[in-house]
Amino acid sequence: MTRLFPPTRMSRTLLALGLLTSAHAALAETPVERGRYIVQSTGCHDCHTPWIMGPDGPGPDMSRALSGHPQDLTMPPVPSLPEGPWLSVVSATNTAWAGPWGVSFTANLTPDPETGMGKWTAKNFRDTIRSGRHLGRGRELLPPMPYPVYNNMTDADLDAIHAYLQSIPPIRNRVPEPLPPAAKTAATDAAN
Amino acid sequence: MFALRPPTLPLMLMLACAPAVAAPGLHDAPGLLSETGLYADIARREVAADVIPFSPQYPLWSDGASKRRWIRLPAGTAIDASNPDAWVFPIGTRLWKQFAVGRAIETRMIDRIEDGSWRFVSYVWREDGTDAELAPVRGMRVATQDGDYRIPSQADCRVCHEGAAVPVLGFSALQLSADRDPLAPHAETPDPVATDLDALMRSGRLTGLPADKAPRIDAPTPVTRAALGYLHANCGHCHDNAQDAGVPTGLLLAQRVADPAHNDAVLASLVAPADRYRPQNLAADTRLQVLAQRMATRDPRAQMPPLGTAHVDTEGLALIQRWLDESSPTAQGGMP
Ligand code: HEC
Repeated sequence: MTRLFPPTRMSRTLLALGLLTSAHAALAETPVERGRYIVQSTGCHDCHTPWIMGPDGPGPDMSRALSGHPQDLTMPPVPSLPEGPWLSVVSATNTAWAGPWGVSFTANLTPDPETGMGKWTAKNFRDTIRSGRHLGRGRELLPPMPYPVYNNMTDADLDAIHAYLQSIPPIRNRVPEPLPPAAKTAATDAAN
Repeated sequence: MFALRPPTLPLMLMLACAPAVAAPGLHDAPGLLSETGLYADIARREVAADVIPFSPQYPLWSDGASKRRWIRLPAGTAIDASNPDAWVFPIGTRLWKQFAVGRAIETRMIDRIEDGSWRFVSYVWREDGTDAELAPVRGMRVATQDGDYRIPSQADCRVCHEGAAVPVLGFSALQLSADRDPLAPHAETPDPVATDLDALMRSGRLTGLPADKAPRIDAPTPVTRAALGYLHANCGHCHDNAQDAGVPTGLLLAQRVADPAHNDAVLASLVAPADRYRPQNLAADTRLQVLAQRMATRDPRAQMPPLGTAHVDTEGLALIQRWLDESSPTAQGGMP
């Protein structure tokens, strides 16, 4: 039998495009859903949710999801590392990081207005990732926050992360400010 | 502008696997300052006929560098000042700011390009002073008689300029008012041909601004006026709630010439109880006290402003301190 319209390369492409578009429509996500997907697949919980030991080994404590370094966990002095290739030390919670930059504590990303990101606009969040500075205007963010990686995300994806973070339960947890590098403490104190 | 000294290396190590960050382009900016239209004759430092010098009454602290500033509006165009606190500049507007430490070091240029967005570039002067060359997107360091000088990266330009409603920070109703504040720290004597609001309106280059009286900070004492002016110029472009790019710290430091009552909100925000970070947990009751502490440090975790300066502005700090002493603002009592 003869086909009236043999499938040309063009029509196949159109068909494929049509399928893609409808598949995409079926998956249409809200920004919050998109944001949850990105947050869960790009490591935010690894550092911003405190880790605890469970029956199957260590894992993020989701009852404190994304609330940053626990305020009541005061860290003892940083152990000094011997000369050599070891560079940094991490707390068991994965939320306190010591290295040549001093000690950084992961931030509270929940929407608590006083201790978290409740007052942040989408632009504040986008500017933070784009500039690598607190609120996009303040001090430089310390390691290991991988903002140069996240800077590759589109504005829409960053806005989706912001929308998701604003939708999760707020947790009141005042993360400590970072500590200066050990060698610098005396000089910094004198400067103040 | 400053690098957090030790972290840079580990950051690079830890993020070595991170793909290169897409840097915003230089948008075809001219390669040489002499090609930007600032000078009619760069060798003689003769500024082009259509370029107008200006001098803001409250200058930004730039570690003591001496600065000169110019603007050029395209022929036949005018600035729309119907919102007196957010002027709309015509496409093609160019502004330059020259920084000198002993000799001219850099001339920054911002201009409004075809698509309506703003471009930020800097030109680094050759040592022989013959011309200045376009700086790399990432900025650079230049040796001067006073030590290392940081040419800002494009990202750093945006960090300060894009916090405000309009990225042009020093060319505004308050800054160009003829009613200049005699107590403003680092006040400059304007060039005899420098423009001001009246001149701009007379020449038709500025429209829509109510012409009643020269804008002035409405403050109870001269010290308060100067302090608020200093905070407006040095801090107000980030510490404001006029738009979504301002930082939500509760501290409001930008003045509104269109809304003098906004000053009450500014003062209230300063006497509010201190909340977030204070260096070394020094005792501080009010945000104003924290502000003075953070102006007085160059600890990168706490210094204010957070970039663009490596040295404390002792004159500016003295003014804020004097204001604190005179008015002893308290969280309960408010400010006289
Ligand atoms: C490898 C660990 C790590 C990962 C992964 C990580 N962060 Fe961070 N983040 C940090 C640390 C540490 C800080 C605090 C840095 C500082 O204080 O300078 C931080 C700070 C931040 C800040 C700045 C908060 C402020 O007040 O300035 C934001 C926003 C943020 N992270 C969001 C995220 C998001 C969203 C993700 C996932 C897409 C993420 N982070 C993944 C370690 C991490």
